[in-house]
Amino acid sequence: MRNLFAFLAGGLFGAGLFISGMTDTSKVQGWLDVFGNWDPTLAFVMGGAMIPMALAWLLRNRRSTPVLGGSFPPAPPQRIDRKLAIGSVMFGFGWGLAGLCPGPSVASLSYGGAGHWVFFAAMIAGMALTPTVRRALDRQVATA
Amino acid sequence: MEQDWIWGLIGGLLIGTGGAVYLLANGRIMGASGIIGGLVDGSGHDTKWERLAFLAGVVLLPIVLYPLYGAVDTHITENWVVLVAAGLLVGIGTRLANGCTSGHGVCGMSRLSLRGFAATAMYITAGGIGVVLFRHLLGVI
Repeated sequence: MRNLFAFLAGGLFGAGLFISGMTDTSKVQGWLDVFGNWDPTLAFVMGGAMIPMALAWLLRNRRSTPVLGGSFPPAPPQRIDRKLAIGSVMFGFGWGLAGLCPGPSVASLSYGGAGHWVFFAAMIAGMALTPTVRRALDRQVATA
Repeated sequence: MEQDWIWGLIGGLLIGTGGAVYLLANGRIMGASGIIGGLVDGSGHDTKWERLAFLAGVVLLPIVLYPLYGAVDTHITENWVVLVAAGLLVGIGTRLANGCTSGHGVCGMSRLSLRGFAATAMYITAGGIGVVLFRHLLGVI
């Protein structure tokens, strides 16, 4: 049952990414490019996605456990630390360079062509390298 | 096209509904980088089937919808050096920051998470600077 609902959630996510045009790298770069021919689509996608999600957070507060059991994720730490800043800046540069972020990179694998697989493979490699990068950053802090 | 924003809004509502289902039914945050990253580095080993089922949905629905649209051009660059560099930056960056556009953006900001707003402000600013730098100044994209 958990897998069925995970599949359903993924399906809604994938359909939404496809329909909204967020797998089109020119629309993402067009939104980031404030000095070019600015494309507002991404703002509508983000705004539209936050409406049901905000309602879900309100409903979450009325329940002690998820519908399928288990427990809700704990409240995230509210610390703005170095890793959040370094990671977000790195992510932003990559996002601007290719016009892809993790969700759309998966949604577009079936029809985007070879370039999407190259990006996806590099992203997976980056994720595999991250524990090493994280340790190096921690060591740097420890010795500083 | 001038109707792009309508499709953006409809698609956004679907994305948010997916996030709502994943939170309320499964009790999980719908963050693409976290779902994939947990499979890659092994930290999500205990929930691997749930993660794989989610990703199967993300891949499958566009396959189902694709015939309704005909050819979809994603305008991706043919420069593989750019793609590899961008993929590495996105992979390492999202895992270091513990989230991407879906996790920090959609899920984080909608619960008024300070980290979500901070991360989103930073990756959008860096993305904007990146596009200006690499498109308008260096001309590589």
